[in-house]
This record gives sequence, C-alpha cells and structure tokens, in this order.
Amino acid sequence: MNTQDPTVTPLALDKEGFDFAKWWDRVGILIVLVALVALMSAIAPNFNRVDNLLNIARSISINAILAAGLTFVILTGGIDLSVGSIVAASGVVAVVAAIAGVPAPLAVLLGMVVGAACGLVNGALTAYLALAPFIVTLGTMTFLRGLAYTITEGQPIVASDLSFKDLGNGYLLGIPVPVLLMAVVYLVAWFILERTHYGRHVYAVGGNAQAARLAGVRVNRITTSVYIIAGACAGLAGVIFAARVISAQPTAGTGYELDAIAAVVLGGTSLAGGRGRIIGTLIGSVILGVLSTGLILMNVPFFTQLLIKGVVIILAVAIDSLKTRPMLFRPGAKSARRGA
Amino acid sequence: MTEALLRLEGVTKRYGATLALNAVRFDLKAGEVHALMGENGAGKSTLMKILAGNVERDAGRIILDGREIEIHSPRDASAHGIAIIHQELNTVPEMTVAENLALGHEPRTRFGLLDRHRMLADAREKLARIHSNIDPRRPLGSLSIGMQQMVEIARAVSEDARVLVLDEPTAALSRAEAQELYRLIEQMRHAGVGLIYISHRMEEVWQLADRITVFRDGTYVGTGRKDELGPSDVVSMMVGRSIDNLYHHEPRSPGPVVLEAKGLEGDAVGPVDLELRSGEVVCMAGLIGSGRTEVARLIFGADRRRGGSVRIHGRESDPADPAEAIRDGIAMVPEDRKVQGLFLDHSVENNIAISSLDRLTHGGVVRRAKARASVLEQMKRMRLRSNAVDLPVKALSGGNQQKAVLARWLLRDSDIIILDEPTRGVDIGAKREIYEIIDALARSGKAILVISSDLPEAIGISDRLLVMRSGRIVQDMPSRAATEEEVMLHATGARSRTAPTPMGVAS
Repeated sequence: MNTQDPTVTPLALDKEGFDFAKWWDRVGILIVLVALVALMSAIAPNFNRVDNLLNIARSISINAILAAGLTFVILTGGIDLSVGSIVAASGVVAVVAAIAGVPAPLAVLLGMVVGAACGLVNGALTAYLALAPFIVTLGTMTFLRGLAYTITEGQPIVASDLSFKDLGNGYLLGIPVPVLLMAVVYLVAWFILERTHYGRHVYAVGGNAQAARLAGVRVNRITTSVYIIAGACAGLAGVIFAARVISAQPTAGTGYELDAIAAVVLGGTSLAGGRGRIIGTLIGSVILGVLSTGLILMNVPFFTQLLIKGVVIILAVAIDSLKTRPMLFRPGAKSARRGA
Repeated sequence: MTEALLRLEGVTKRYGATLALNAVRFDLKAGEVHALMGENGAGKSTLMKILAGNVERDAGRIILDGREIEIHSPRDASAHGIAIIHQELNTVPEMTVAENLALGHEPRTRFGLLDRHRMLADAREKLARIHSNIDPRRPLGSLSIGMQQMVEIARAVSEDARVLVLDEPTAALSRAEAQELYRLIEQMRHAGVGLIYISHRMEEVWQLADRITVFRDGTYVGTGRKDELGPSDVVSMMVGRSIDNLYHHEPRSPGPVVLEAKGLEGDAVGPVDLELRSGEVVCMAGLIGSGRTEVARLIFGADRRRGGSVRIHGRESDPADPAEAIRDGIAMVPEDRKVQGLFLDHSVENNIAISSLDRLTHGGVVRRAKARASVLEQMKRMRLRSNAVDLPVKALSGGNQQKAVLARWLLRDSDIIILDEPTRGVDIGAKREIYEIIDALARSGKAILVISSDLPEAIGISDRLLVMRSGRIVQDMPSRAATEEEVMLHATGARSRTAPTPMGVAS
C-alpha cells in the first residue's frame, strides 16, 4: 500500500480571552431578536400589546414545535422534508378517529403515533439502508401528502364539534394551549439534548459519525430515533393544526418543512450536524414569527414579506458561516502549551 | 555512462513542522528500471507527488534531458512526458475503457459531436500497443484492478510518456496479472522509457530493477546497482537507526492471557491467531496494508468477521459493533485521530466522556459534576491543562489531541487497549509521555496491543512483536532480541516465511 505523508502537527490555538465567534454563538441571535422587537414596537404601535404578543406566540407554536423535532434530526447531520406532510396525515387521522368516536386523548395520541411511525420509516431507511435522508424524506413527504388526500378524498372534513378543538383554540390560565404545548416541547427537548446521555450521543453522531461509532455510540439507533422524535413533534403539530381549524385538511402544513428548517438554521444549528442548540431554534422560530406579524401590522404586502424573509434567512446563515471560518488557521498562533 | 533522462537535485518539501523531503537527489536513465525503496514515511510518495504535479516542492531542481523544468500541475507533468501509475487510479469507473483513454482529448466529428467510432478505434490501437486484448467497450469499473492498471499504462504509452512512475503497482494484483505487468515493464524498458519503481517487495525489486535508491526519513541514503547490493544491505540502509533511550522501560512481567483470538478472518486478512496477556505490551509491526489495522478492527467489532473467535478472560466475545466490544472490555484508539477519533468542534470534556456516559449517568441523565470531575482526573493523568476542558478539541495541538483520545479510554478503564499508530504526527515530547502512559497502563495490568509503523518504537516499547505480511502474522518474537533488520526482513518477505528462523515463537 501507499506510504504515508508525515502528518502535519497542527498549530495549537489554546487561547484565552475574548472570542467573538463564541460570544456571537451565545447571544448573537438574541440580539437580533431584541433589535427586531424594538424596531417593530417603534413602527407598529399595537405590536407589544399583550394580546398581540400572545397571538404571535400562538401563531408560531406550530412551526416552533416542528422545528424543535427537526433540530434533533439536523443535529445528527440529517434532514427531514416530510414534517409538513406529517402535519396533514396525523391531523387527518386524529380528526377521522375523533369523528368515529375515539375519545379525545386517544385521538390526539393516535395523531402523534402516526407521526412517530412515519419518523420510524424515515429513520430506519436512512440509518439501516444508508439512504440519503433528503431523498427518503422527499419520498415520504410525497407519499404522506397523497395519504392525506386519499383519506379525505381530497376534501377538508369539517368537524364542528371536534372533541379536541381546545388543543388549538383553548386557553389555560390566560395562555393559549398551543403556546403551553410549545413550552413543554421545548423544555423536554432542552432537557434531553443538554442533560442526558442520549443528547450527548445525538451531538456525537452529528459531530463525527465514524468517530461516534468507534467510541461506542450506536449510530444507527440514534439516527433512527431522531426521525421518530421529529415525526412525533410533527404529529403533535398536526393535531394542534387540526384543532385550530376544527377540521381535517389534506393541504395542512404545505411548505411548513421549509419554515421549520429556516427556524433551525436561523437559530444557529449547523446543517452539517453536531453544532447547535435547541434554545437557538426557539429564538429562530420567534424571529420568523415576529417578522411576519410585524410586517403584516405594517401593512407590507405579502409579496414583499416573502422578499424580506428570504433576505433575512440568507443573512443569518451567512453570519453563521463567516463566524466559524477564520478560526482554524490563524497565522502566528502560539505553539502548544502543555499543561502542568 | 549515458546522460540521465531525469535528474532531481536538492528537492525539499516541508509539511508544517515536518521535513518530508530534505534535499534529496535521484536520477533516472532512459531504458532503466530504477527502484525507490524506504520505510513508510521515508518520503517516496511525496517525491512522486512532486513529479506528478500534485504537490509543489519548496526547493530543488528537476532536470529533464539536461534542461531544468517546472511542474506545477498534473497537466505540466504530462506535457513533459511524465506519467504516474498510482495505486488509486485516476480513472472514472463508470465510463468505458475507450472513454477513459480519450478523457480530456475526445475526438470530435465535423459538427463538434463526440466521434464514437474514432474513439473506439483509437482505444483499440492504444491497447494493441501494449498487446492487451481488453475490450474497450467495457465499463472500466467492471475490470479487475490489474486490468485497470493496464489501461492506465496504455494511456501513458499512448501519450509517449518518457518517464513512468509505478507506485506499488502489484499491491492489488494477482500473480498472473503481476507477470503481465512485468512483461509490459520489459517492453517499455526496451522502448527507452525510464521507469521509477516504488515497491516494498524485495523479490520483485530484484527481478526488475537495474538500480536501487533508498530514502530514509525524508533523506537520501544511497544508490547502488543491483549486482552491488544484496537485500540485507538495502534493509539496513532502510532502517539504519539505533534505538535511543526514548523507549527505555523497566522489564515488565506479563500475567495470564486476557485475550485469545483463533482463526480470525476478515475480508482481506487472516486467518490470524493471537494472544494478549495482562501487563504486556504487544506491537504489531508490518508494512502499511499488511492488515494490522484490519485485525484490530475485527477484534473491536468495527468490521464484520468472516470467521474465527475471540475469547476475553475465557469468555467468547463476538461484538456486532464497537459498543459491544467496549462492554466486553476492549478499547481502541483509531489510526486517524481526526477522522475516526475526535469530535473536533466539541469540547475536550465531551470528547473524553463520550465512551463512559453509561457510568456517568443516573437514569439516563448525565451527572454533570461527576462527569466533570472524572474527566479532569484523566486529563491530569495525561498532563493536559485543566482549563482546556471546555475548549473545542480542535484547538489543541496534535499531541494533546491524541492525549485527549487516550484520556477517553483511560476513563473507560478497559482491560484491553488497542492503539493504532498512537504517536503518528505527534511531537517528541508528547511521544515520550504516550510511551510512559503505555508503560504505566501495562504495569497496572492492562493488555496493550500497539500498531506502529515506526520500527524503533515498535521494538522499543513492546514486550513482544507480531510481524504481519499480506494479512497474516508471519512472525511472533520477543522484542528484546529483535532487530530492525530482522523485523523488516519478515515484513517485506525478503526472508521467506517458510525459512527456518532462529527466533522461537513466543508462548
């Protein structure tokens, strides 16, 4: 076999002191949010009224829940395009079950199980058959949309006395139920990712799948599981959506996968995997929601809103990419300091 | 004496702090086969990459036909008539043989379309020149490696190459294919082509070469005609170093057998039998590609076994993946630290804790204070600065990165520790520390298997040596009595496996 080039000993960058990249990682996105809110409050007089803020929170909850699940997938370096279609499929199944007389809690659970099952298919195909997740989930995205149309025969099924409609429209202690559910999802997701054994393994798979396997991480299981989590979150979002519109809509969630990906990336999670935080995803969702609502309050035409949103997404990703790049090779870095 | 076709003078190449080539020279005459030999890392491949235009030299001259030339790209190299046959071929396996041969200068019709007829006819003619009957319409990827190599040679011949470099050309060839290659080499020699032949196989070199040049650690050692040199001369030119006290360790006394492998077989290795004892350091020596890493990966469950069994403390161990092997008490520090070992963006703490999380959690929740304390304890043992604990591991030097990987397995406290090239790319200070750790681990009763391509290191740090060649262990000997020459003879096959050896097989 080939002889080896002498391996280059990399320059050590054991450095201390202020690190802009690290600082931006922690608070950069938050500053963007605060600036945006300040701007909106200044321009749109009704913006920071409590009822408006709660409305914003409710309007972002579905996208935020999708994005929370998707964060797990993207942290492993994967992608899930099917979450939007899962919203439709799970919502349709839950509504149909409720109409058929299934008790509300079970119908809701069924919706989530449908979502998780879709995730299991996505994950197993990606992990065990080593198929590209982009293609696998593109396929299930199409399939599940077809399934939603098939079950509903292409027509929305309106269920005016839907047993679980409070899930979308109710309030608890003055807070919309979808907002509470979103909060629970984020608390649980944060705990799992930041505090558990499993969470560390998710980061490890995304950071370097080969190294993770050799370090004893069951890479295939982790990969499968993150799609199940994304599917279950999408299932929950689908049930909330159905409850909100009190009907089964085969077109529900169309394009939501892209908004969710935008929120995750805006929140600083690397599409390459291994880097990012769930709190960033929440802020990313809020930014997108605030931006939409603010632009509506300012009477900006819908077409223009899209232009602005597109620019914001690209800007955010550009900042993210620029801050990580110049770190690696810095001329004149000091050589290794060995610890005492 | 005829004027040299190609002459290299004072060629130097530096990679960071490492001098890969230190003012080496080399010359080649027309119609000659000149073998270039040296241990792994001697600089042969770097020199070839410079000739091929894949790497730019830092200093030195390249003289072709008495005229100094510059090679900045593969295109320059082929314009000067220099062709390289790599082990990794520069071809497109999905395309046909004819398409590959025409790559880059496809014939066109008057309308600018691809002229398939002429392309096929050209290909037939090119193949005929090397007396090959390969069907040019077949997809290249459907041919054996040997036949693909023939296609590469046909291309070199068709481009009227005057200097042909063959880098370990027979590594993947069957015996018959190798014979066919030897015939072609003769044919080209008669046509006045100068051939540079890089190989580790002594018999082959002695069959083909007119002259032999040896490099060692990036420096030129010497050149001789085949009839002036013997294989053992070449081997001592290749190793020619003395073991300094870097490797000094007090004698160790190995305990009972901890790991016992029988008839272990993988896709390209085996059957292999081996034993590791508690408190023992065993080094697997051999050339790159001899199957050492594969054996380690089979034991560790990283690759599928095709046969054989492994017993650990007398219990069968047949791990389906590394996670199971780790549970059985095996650890492995992989060969390529950055690609296989580390999570470069993640903190030093997470890199070290990752394989022991099951012991640092309670009901799946990480006990953070305990995790931090355990990690710091291992970092201290590895003499890693404690304030590096939250830094991304990529911010550490190569030596410190390797120590972080070692700390991971120290924390895991596995009984059997496999280290694949643990000191590659590591500075001398960190090397010494890694040797001390290995010694300390062995003394604490661990069984340690080290793979090393650095012969003095392999001999110096171990109790016993296993020499591998072509996927098998061809020699098992105590390190105390071993010399570099001895190991090299076994590794290259200069001494036949069947020949009687004075060294007994240990245990």
